[in-house]
Amino acid sequence: MNGPRKLLIFGGVALATVGMLYGLYYAVFVEHQTLGSMGGSLAGSFVHAAEGRLPEAHGAIDTYAAVKYNYVRQVDVHSHWIGLAMLMIVMGAAFDGVGFSERVRFWIAIAFLTGSVGFPLGVILQTVNRGSVFPSALAIAGSALVILALSAAAVGFARQSA
Amino acid sequence: MASRAIPSAAVPSFGPKSARRLLVFGGLALVAAGMLFGDIFAVFVLHQNARLQGEALIAATRAVAARNPTAVKDIFEHLGGTLEDRGTKVDAHVHMIDAGYLALLLALLQPFVALSTSRKKFLATLFIAGGLLLPIGIFLIHYVGVAYSPFPVIGWGSIVADSAGALLIIALLGEAWGLWNYACGRGSAAETNFPQEDSWSRRSLLSGGTVLVLLGFLHGAWYAAADLYRQEAQEATILHAMVDDAAAKNLPGAANEVMNLDNLSGEKAVNIAAHSHIIEFGVLAILLSFIQPYVFLSEDWKRRWVKLLLAGSLILPLFVLLELKFGLVAGGIADLGGLMVIIALIAMLVGVLRYSGSMDASLGDGR
Repeated sequence: MNGPRKLLIFGGVALATVGMLYGLYYAVFVEHQTLGSMGGSLAGSFVHAAEGRLPEAHGAIDTYAAVKYNYVRQVDVHSHWIGLAMLMIVMGAAFDGVGFSERVRFWIAIAFLTGSVGFPLGVILQTVNRGSVFPSALAIAGSALVILALSAAAVGFARQSA
Repeated sequence: MASRAIPSAAVPSFGPKSARRLLVFGGLALVAAGMLFGDIFAVFVLHQNARLQGEALIAATRAVAARNPTAVKDIFEHLGGTLEDRGTKVDAHVHMIDAGYLALLLALLQPFVALSTSRKKFLATLFIAGGLLLPIGIFLIHYVGVAYSPFPVIGWGSIVADSAGALLIIALLGEAWGLWNYACGRGSAAETNFPQEDSWSRRSLLSGGTVLVLLGFLHGAWYAAADLYRQEAQEATILHAMVDDAAAKNLPGAANEVMNLDNLSGEKAVNIAAHSHIIEFGVLAILLSFIQPYVFLSEDWKRRWVKLLLAGSLILPLFVLLELKFGLVAGGIADLGGLMVIIALIAMLVGVLRYSGSMDASLGDGR
């Protein structure tokens, strides 16, 4: 197994394991409570409104929006890490078909791995420091790296077939 | 339909007791079953469930206008059940397909897993069992609830699902250990690599799959940049207005906000579904490119199934997106796209079954 394939396959397996462990931790310790809090806030807002307490009703909607903001991102991180890991392993298996030199293929693999780790990491950091520039920049840079690596691999496959 | 000899070089890699055969069969069956479940869910549950959510919110706004907090609580308890019904079915569908993909991936990696044949088969069995139990557990969460559960908020459905998730992790860690052994030069890989085949079917699946994944990434990036934050802010704004209208006894206004929320949820759902489906179909196409040497069908039939699979993979996400504009007609065409993928997948599974059947028969003759 050559360097780029090793990087993609081992990196992919490691990332899938991290994603699954995170998903298991989230499902067991966080998700049920989060869903309860989300549903409770939304129901609470309508109950407060029915009781004529509008400021509390609006406060509950804001809480619902904040909890949902975190929930969506935490679920996304788990699924994106595992999804990207699977893509890395598949690409690793097919990587000999990418018609570039070993050096270029190595950099494509590096870009794939860095982007696959960084993109979901940026998304989860958005929940730690909401509104901060760094997490969004990391997510954007990570996804751009994955898109670049994938485009390069597609061109490489086309070159090999031609 | 078929008629070619089985390559003798491929026999050791796909033997009757090999982990790879179990992972390829199990993986294809899980993906096909997960997609079939998803299609049934889309046709018979999805839209009806969305209608029920809208009706529950209308009823809640009426209860607010009538200053009846008890009725509001009852309605939301019912709404929670409706949302759980939908969520667990989506999750069951997604997890079954993803477990299938991982099984196919592990089949690809078997030549690099330096463990004994019996351990590899044990890990493969563990993985397929986990992949089957996980969606079953998730599906049952809504129906079993917390009945007879030792925990206050986690029911037996969740316990089964979480345990199955743990099985998958154990199997994956075992495979990772085998890969590590291989990388360190400890032990030797028992199986040969997948047979290399430079056929039209393989090339089309590989390049078509990569293009599908790329399209999905571009759409996802566009959606995250242009729509995600706007939609999140819009949802809160609509809910604020809905509560205000209901408290002011402006029921037509509240009903209008419920409709706005329904449209927003639809817009979000189709974007996320289109993005995830096109990427998943792309990955599936790439994975299937590797098993083409094991599909015991003539090249003509293999081409037909490849074309059907790639066409369905493009039709489903495209028409899911068009549902916003053309409604149920587009939804019906999208479901047809899903069916095309399922048919192509089952056809390839039949091809692999024919391959192994012929191989077993020839091995039997040899004995």
